[in-house]
Amino acid sequence: MKDPAWLRWSLIGLAVAFLGLFVAMPVISVFVEAFRNGAGAYFDAIKEPDTIAAIKLTLLTAGISVPLNVVFGIAASWLIAKYRFPGKSMLLTLIDLPFSVSPVISGLIFVLLLGARGIFGPFLEAHDWHVIFAPAGIILATTFITFPFVAREVLPIMQELGSDEEEQALTLGARGWQILFRVTLPKVRWGILYGVILCNARAMGEFGAVSVVSGHIRGQTNTIPLQVEIMYNEYNFSGAFAVASILTILALVTLVARKIIELRIRTHKA
Amino acid sequence: MAEGRVTGVGRTDAEPPRTRWSSRRRGSLPGFGLSLGFTLLYLSLIVLIPLAGLVWKSASLSGAELVKAVLSPRALAAYRLSFGAAAIAAAVNVVFGLILAWVLTRYRFPGRQILDALVDLPFALPTAVAGIALTTIYSENGWLGRFLEPHGIKVAFAPPGVVVAMIFVGLPFVVRTVQPVLLDLDAHMEEAAATMGASRLYTLRTVILPAVMPAASTGFALAYARAVGEYGSVVFISGNMPMKTEIVPLLIITKLEQFDYAGATAIALVMLLASFALLFVINVLQTRIKR
Repeated sequence: MKDPAWLRWSLIGLAVAFLGLFVAMPVISVFVEAFRNGAGAYFDAIKEPDTIAAIKLTLLTAGISVPLNVVFGIAASWLIAKYRFPGKSMLLTLIDLPFSVSPVISGLIFVLLLGARGIFGPFLEAHDWHVIFAPAGIILATTFITFPFVAREVLPIMQELGSDEEEQALTLGARGWQILFRVTLPKVRWGILYGVILCNARAMGEFGAVSVVSGHIRGQTNTIPLQVEIMYNEYNFSGAFAVASILTILALVTLVARKIIELRIRTHKA
Repeated sequence: MAEGRVTGVGRTDAEPPRTRWSSRRRGSLPGFGLSLGFTLLYLSLIVLIPLAGLVWKSASLSGAELVKAVLSPRALAAYRLSFGAAAIAAAVNVVFGLILAWVLTRYRFPGRQILDALVDLPFALPTAVAGIALTTIYSENGWLGRFLEPHGIKVAFAPPGVVVAMIFVGLPFVVRTVQPVLLDLDAHMEEAAATMGASRLYTLRTVILPAVMPAASTGFALAYARAVGEYGSVVFISGNMPMKTEIVPLLIITKLEQFDYAGATAIALVMLLASFALLFVINVLQTRIKR
């Protein structure tokens, strides 16, 4: 049963208008505002030492929290996909927990735990370890925020592909790590890549949680999103949008990569 | 099964619990103890202990402190704005999410793939970027603000701006939960209903909507939960006036910056409990979809 043409086109029109208004327009505005004062001003904002420092810190943060969550995602997926044990659904809920916690609270919990007045504050101070208002806190909060991303993408694929090859490898005498590296990981590699891309996008773009633990020390504890905020609050709008355009390009690349991998996974299964 | 678990725990992959598990096809693989141990350790370190710290801290607050922080007029105004605006935004997202899901699954038209990819953009675009972009668009001289403000419609630095930002962050949820259901929904069933003389509206009401409702409610709950906790995109457009346009996450940050740790902890606990309640609702809804 096909919808009549008038209905079809008005629904398509509504969908396009809604996405245009709420999604396309903000993205376009980022680039328009970024180049408002010309290409020179654009590159000046990006070449500013504070911006460079923010880019470095963001890369460092993602470079640590993404691999950590990849290792966890593979271990958790292996555990949940390969074995039956009581409490499995509870474990799944716990893994998803960071998704349902407000970013601000995700930052707050680390301040309450590791800040100067936090539960472990005196201990850290005694050893002169700085976590809150330091890169370590930013990395921790980011790891919390992006915790479920890889596990969420790898697990369904591991479950769907089953364990037949692994069982065969086992009967042929393969050891645990051999099975993991030679059989399982190649099987789920697109899922891992998919998870890494999503995890990385969120790690680089996280704002709320990082904002709570960073302390906003210029050139030291600012990530790219925090640098955008500082420039914006100083009324350096074109600079803020110039730096924001880096993150926008990252988001667009993420979407394209995601689409490509989705198609890959689909053809891989078929 | 319980027996198998007991033997499995604590063993390394060098010594697979093969004999006890051999009756089950799944479970003969090595690595149960190692993957369980690592998963639980990492989960505890990154998620459970930090979250427990919040509960621990709030347990040390006196009842009077708790009530004072949680029920202060400023906090109440913030709850009203956060929970109210999130409800409106999630409702808007249900309506347009259903339309988008329908258009993307049922129609073939040029640009469909681009539209489909755009739906995910709010997941990928950092919230601070969305925040400053929306603020610029809806402010007095912005692309849309310049047409709205002369008519007395103030979006940026007013409650409607909060709703706009929340619509943005919650946009993908309804579409992505409803889409698979619409794909699965047997087109034959709709056709059968139609050939038996059912009108379009009748088919929509009796076949399509009942099938889609659980997914749409899940989408609503997910979008709502996301919007209530959202900070980055809202904080730029809202204007942040206490009692008027201050959302709960911002109030928590303000308290923290004033070193009012007790107040921040108490309000955060309220938010955390609210999101756990929502998580529970979402889980119930999702098991209903699977059935």
